[in-house]
Amino acid sequence: MLAYTLRRLLMAVPTLLFIAAVIFLLLDLAPGDPMANQPLTIPPEVRAEMRRALGLDEPTHVRFGLWLWQFFVVEPAVLVDHLFGTTLAEGQARILSWQFRSPVMDVIVQRLPQTLWVVGMAYVVGVLIAIPIGILSATRQYSVFDQIGTFVAMVGFSVPTFFTGVLLIMIFSVKLGWFPSIYDTRLRVTDWQSFLQQLRQMAMPVFVLALYNAAQISRYMRASMLDNLGQDYVRTARAKGEPERSVILRHVLRNSMIPVVTVIALGVPAVFGGAIITEQVFKVNGLGQLLITAIQANDLPMVQTLTFMFAVLIVLFNLVADVLYGWLDPRIRYD
Amino acid sequence: MPDRAAPVLDVRDLRTVFRTRAGDIHAVNGVSFELRAGELLGVVGESGSGKSVTMMALLGLVPSPPAVVSGGPALFDGRDLLRLPEAELRRIRGARIGFVFQDPMTSLNPVFTVGFQIMEPLRRHLRLSRRAARARAAELLALVGIPDAARRLDDYPHQFSGGMRQRVMIAVALACDPQVLIADEPTTALDVTIQAQILELMAELRARLGMAVIWITHDLGVIAGIADRVMVMYGGQVIEHGPVEAVFARPTHPYTRALLATVPKVSGERSRRLQAIEGQPPILSAPPEACTFRDRCPHAFETCFRLNPQRYPLGEGHDAACLLADPGLAPWGRPEPRVAHG
Repeated sequence: MLAYTLRRLLMAVPTLLFIAAVIFLLLDLAPGDPMANQPLTIPPEVRAEMRRALGLDEPTHVRFGLWLWQFFVVEPAVLVDHLFGTTLAEGQARILSWQFRSPVMDVIVQRLPQTLWVVGMAYVVGVLIAIPIGILSATRQYSVFDQIGTFVAMVGFSVPTFFTGVLLIMIFSVKLGWFPSIYDTRLRVTDWQSFLQQLRQMAMPVFVLALYNAAQISRYMRASMLDNLGQDYVRTARAKGEPERSVILRHVLRNSMIPVVTVIALGVPAVFGGAIITEQVFKVNGLGQLLITAIQANDLPMVQTLTFMFAVLIVLFNLVADVLYGWLDPRIRYD
Repeated sequence: MPDRAAPVLDVRDLRTVFRTRAGDIHAVNGVSFELRAGELLGVVGESGSGKSVTMMALLGLVPSPPAVVSGGPALFDGRDLLRLPEAELRRIRGARIGFVFQDPMTSLNPVFTVGFQIMEPLRRHLRLSRRAARARAAELLALVGIPDAARRLDDYPHQFSGGMRQRVMIAVALACDPQVLIADEPTTALDVTIQAQILELMAELRARLGMAVIWITHDLGVIAGIADRVMVMYGGQVIEHGPVEAVFARPTHPYTRALLATVPKVSGERSRRLQAIEGQPPILSAPPEACTFRDRCPHAFETCFRLNPQRYPLGEGHDAACLLADPGLAPWGRPEPRVAHG
């Protein structure tokens, strides 16, 4: 398994380089100029000087090479410096956001907590409610519970979050006034009072996203359980005198979790990507919102870096899913 | 030696109906039989004749709904299996009545080790400690002829061949020293050499442990070799039953004869085509009111379409559910033994 993991990690290197190049070239080809929103009164020679300062006069391959160097060498060095107090990255240029005039990574680190709290919490909540619902729906197929579960899952999956989000704001913020409609990033949890306030402002975005996630995962879980409930080994377990509880929660569940765990792992990168629309609706200034504003402001280094980080996470969690698969299913051996 | 006369299992008029959306299916229609201590009862019939459902229904293993089990009693050790609460029945399943299923490739749980699966009933029914259960599991694996048993406990089912897996299934079924072992076509999915090995193993284990066995199969050759008594099923009913010698020497029901005629001969002319019974077994949407074999029977006459024959005794514990066995019927009306076509 270790050899397999290492081989996969090595194979990820050319994949990621290719992705980085594609993103870079696409952004380079895209219309738009970072100087476009500067005042027209700036004389052309000053404008040219500004372009040179941003490094835009260099040819594409040089800029791409520099970005790679900054992403893979300078930024990790900064992290090491930060953790261990070394001075590896001293004097090295970091990836700078054109929009914020500060290092891209610093901005990302500022935005990450909001996204992880809201979107990550929604994913965890979604998974935690989806699995029991899937199990119950499958063991009581076509029961009232299953019918309701199927209906709610269909609604949760097909109604977009920008609709449910706005609907919730209308009901719970505007009419009832129970929850704030805008997420306050400056809120620091210091005591019981502020903790409750944090819970209140998280409630609606978490609910909206959790409903969507749970709808999807509970369907997978149900299908996988039904698949396994019909297997011969279930009959064997019953013939051995195992109580129904053990048949379902030990024999069937262990087998059913194999494909579901993979689906859950593959969904994790999307958490880091933030929920662009939901973050907009509830004004959570997380990574999704950061990406949207960076695109609107032609902040190419920010867009490039964020997009590439999502690509890294996707490649990484694909590997995690495969390793988990091999770990859960003894029939799969990669070596 | 156990008392051969005393029945361990005494089933009367067992019925099972599957109530599906597409309509009712009467799978078992009044099956009665008894199983004596230490004997091997062969149950023969085509697919869909109700052999497996009968045995599963006894132990509450048919999913309900859609299945509705009625009739009875089915006495095991003085208790009616059909009316026991689920918790009591569970204490009998796997502990006092063991099951071996047809396909060893899919009957073991792929994600648990073989050792875990053998230890499960030991720990649940006999409340053995982990250590004691492990020791017993190794003994059982050795008993069913798996070499290097103690080490193989930690292997997963996919690391065993088909025949070895069926041996593991037998070890699971035998774990708690059951009085009855129900083997549902245990050799059908195996190739002939492995079949022979499993049969030999079963004969040996039966001699050593002395449990009664119900062996479900459609292989008459197997039954002739190992069974004490044989029960032929058709349309969810027992249509012929008796000591194995009597049934094979004097098959009386036309279905039994047809079944025997389908067995290919090793000697004799080679050019002969394999015999087959024309048609399909019936799917019953109502309890049978006439002979279920009438449409495929070469001897069917008018009464067969009106009456569902009872089981007529033929002597020596042999009986057959065919109007032609009715002692009131004139000798000329009895069917001729089926002559092989040239």
